[in-house]
Amino acid sequence: MAKTILAVDDSPSIRQMVAFTLKGAGYEVTEAVDGQDGLNKAKAKSFNLVLTDQNMPQMDGITLIKTLRGLPQYKSVPILVLTTEAGDTIKTQGRAAGATGWLVKPFDPQKLMDVVKKVIG
Amino acid sequence: MSIDMSQFYQVFFDEAAEHLAAMETLLLAIDLQAPDPDDLNAVFRAAHSIKGGAGTFGFTDITEVTHILETLLDRIRKNELALRSEMVDAFLQAGDVLKSQLEFHRDGTPVDEAAVASICATLHQLSGDAPQEATPAASAPVAHAVGTPDAQGHRYQIEFRKLGKVKLTPLLDELARHGTVTMSDEKKNGSVSVVFDSTIGEDELWEMLEFVVSRKQVSVTQTAAEPADVADDDGFGFFDDAPGVPAADEGFGLFVSEEQLKADREADDGFGFFADAPGSEQLGKAVEPTPASAASAPPPRPSPAPAANAEASSIRVNVEKVDQLINLVGELVITQAMLAQTTAQADPVLYENLINSVSQLERNTRDLQEAAMSIRMLPISFVFSRFPRVVRDVAGKLGKQVELRTIGEGTEIDKGLIEKISDPLTHLVRNSLDHGIESPEKRIAAGKDPKGTLTLKASHQGGNIVIEVSDDGGGLSRERILSKARERGLAVSDQMPDQEVWQLIFAPGFSTAEVVTDVSGRGVGMDVVKRNIESIGGRVELSSVPGSSTTVTIRLPLTLAILDGMSVAVQNEVFIIPLGYIVESLQPAKADVKTVAGEGRVVSVRGEYLPLLALHSILNIEPRTRAPHEGILVIIESDGVKAALFVDDLVGQHQVVIKSLETNFRKVPGIAAATIMGDGRVALILDVTALARMARANDLSTVSA
Repeated sequence: MAKTILAVDDSPSIRQMVAFTLKGAGYEVTEAVDGQDGLNKAKAKSFNLVLTDQNMPQMDGITLIKTLRGLPQYKSVPILVLTTEAGDTIKTQGRAAGATGWLVKPFDPQKLMDVVKKVIG
Repeated sequence: MSIDMSQFYQVFFDEAAEHLAAMETLLLAIDLQAPDPDDLNAVFRAAHSIKGGAGTFGFTDITEVTHILETLLDRIRKNELALRSEMVDAFLQAGDVLKSQLEFHRDGTPVDEAAVASICATLHQLSGDAPQEATPAASAPVAHAVGTPDAQGHRYQIEFRKLGKVKLTPLLDELARHGTVTMSDEKKNGSVSVVFDSTIGEDELWEMLEFVVSRKQVSVTQTAAEPADVADDDGFGFFDDAPGVPAADEGFGLFVSEEQLKADREADDGFGFFADAPGSEQLGKAVEPTPASAASAPPPRPSPAPAANAEASSIRVNVEKVDQLINLVGELVITQAMLAQTTAQADPVLYENLINSVSQLERNTRDLQEAAMSIRMLPISFVFSRFPRVVRDVAGKLGKQVELRTIGEGTEIDKGLIEKISDPLTHLVRNSLDHGIESPEKRIAAGKDPKGTLTLKASHQGGNIVIEVSDDGGGLSRERILSKARERGLAVSDQMPDQEVWQLIFAPGFSTAEVVTDVSGRGVGMDVVKRNIESIGGRVELSSVPGSSTTVTIRLPLTLAILDGMSVAVQNEVFIIPLGYIVESLQPAKADVKTVAGEGRVVSVRGEYLPLLALHSILNIEPRTRAPHEGILVIIESDGVKAALFVDDLVGQHQVVIKSLETNFRKVPGIAAATIMGDGRVALILDVTALARMARANDLSTVSA
């Protein structure tokens, strides 16, 4: 049974890259265009991992994480924040919101796969 | 597994171009006094997204520019800096530079490196009236984290306080030479905190520090070299129970958590890893098996169709495919016309069903044709959207105040026309700004609002698209145009009607501007505009009220592929005259046709003498009749010149599918294109503009009876 991943990012190119990479590695990937869309999709179906960008229209990544953590079915699902900011602010916020880890953009597909493998195998 | 990133480039290019366009629109609309935070956020996000994509796909030059841009935007959106108009200018320029960089990566168009450097400098300088650390801090992890941290070395936590005017960058550079510097907390009440991994001893470090700052300003704590940051340098990591937990995993980052993750995984198959971070105690410390959520979740269904995305409601298709479709529909229209012609001769009683089906087919074909054509149609806002920027830049350069109004942006127009109309329109807009709208002082003196108005208006009128560029400026000066025309040796008279005077502007090299500016006025202009528009089957008209307005009206056919035409016959040959050029058709009285010695024939139409062109003699065909009063005269008008085209018969009015003669055969003077008629015969479409030019060549319009 393929592991399912929800990839939330407002950038189509990043989304496409993430989805392509992870699908190639045998995961099942659902894409969402922003935090709100991500939340709706996360509610409709459960995932083994959520990857989310921080800066997005409608709902940002941190809010999405906080909201997801408030849902019983997402209490313990790993959530990774993709961030372009190397500074600690987002990391601190991500940790406070309940994220499992972070991944700094830009990243290459190999790194993404390594990280995802470490989290959900 | 290596992945070819270039397959994602196109999406990134399209996306970045959309972001840039959105950014420009937002910036142009922004209110400097009270910028809308949502707009600022949107601009920031656009820059941010471009940067993220560019970084991921390895376009470092784009990343560099967007990084500086983003840093400045971020400060503005956080209200650390006030938005100023020169910033908006710089942002717009940065957008242009990014656009050219994108083009470079897309098609290899060279980038103006000087422009890139200058915009970077400008942006740096604009963010320069901020604390100096901001910029180096943002780039520090990139700039300094080059060396590999030595596991045997020391980790220092260095806190700088109350720095005042002290610049940290040189010191950080110096430190970077001896190890790895990572900025951690920037600007917490003016202090900067730095993590320094190095093999040098604490004393040595102090020596370096005291060279720049006093001991009061800095504190150093030595911590265990923490592999956590190795992972950090690698660009990802996991939040752990507490900061600074000694890592058990020697090699690669803080994968204490990795083990824990693994444990979690094995324990409950529910894939949980509790980030026991501050503020998330409710998550509990223990690994809770997650009932129902993942472990016993129903087998994953295939991901929902992307149709759910708003974006998926449109698709990007190669234009060639659309053109091919339209071409095929064109062929279908012809086939249908052939069928219709054949069934028209069939006995309606015997073949009632067939006739009904064919008429149904005709309706369906027409609908299909319209639907196919509409694929190529785009709202004219695609062209109009560039003008707020043009108006802003040009008006700013000329010191004029201009408000741009656009009306009817939703009017749809063929994609091919959009590409061709955009240059002539830009020219007209610049002309209006330069020559039309006066300076604020002049306007006040004339009792007008100091702010001029430039209006772009698009609408459908019959089978045409009408685009108007109008300004409320000084209008055209009849006297100046006439005197300029005389200077250039054109045949003019003071009695000429306004309409003809305005037409003089379209003569090659004609400019009435007193001063040549770098905006317009070099006299390369209206003639080119006119030629470009006529080449796509359009017409340009000009009207002006002295002292109050000038309006240029462009009429374009709805599409380049289908034409409304009148078919005429000379003997057995059928020709098509584009309907837009036809004024009227008549059969002249014998007495109305006169021959002027050596110059051909003219015909009097309600007192106006028009040159008579016999189609049979132009195309060298044997006609049914050589006497105009036995045939038909079609009065055509192009470029304000009228002529009477003598043909044998009018056949009827049709919508015809244009087939290029040049691609299938070669260019023939006097013939614009060809089409296939319902009976399968080829009919030539006449080039009315060329015919009118022939008439003008032996201009007979001044001959009087």
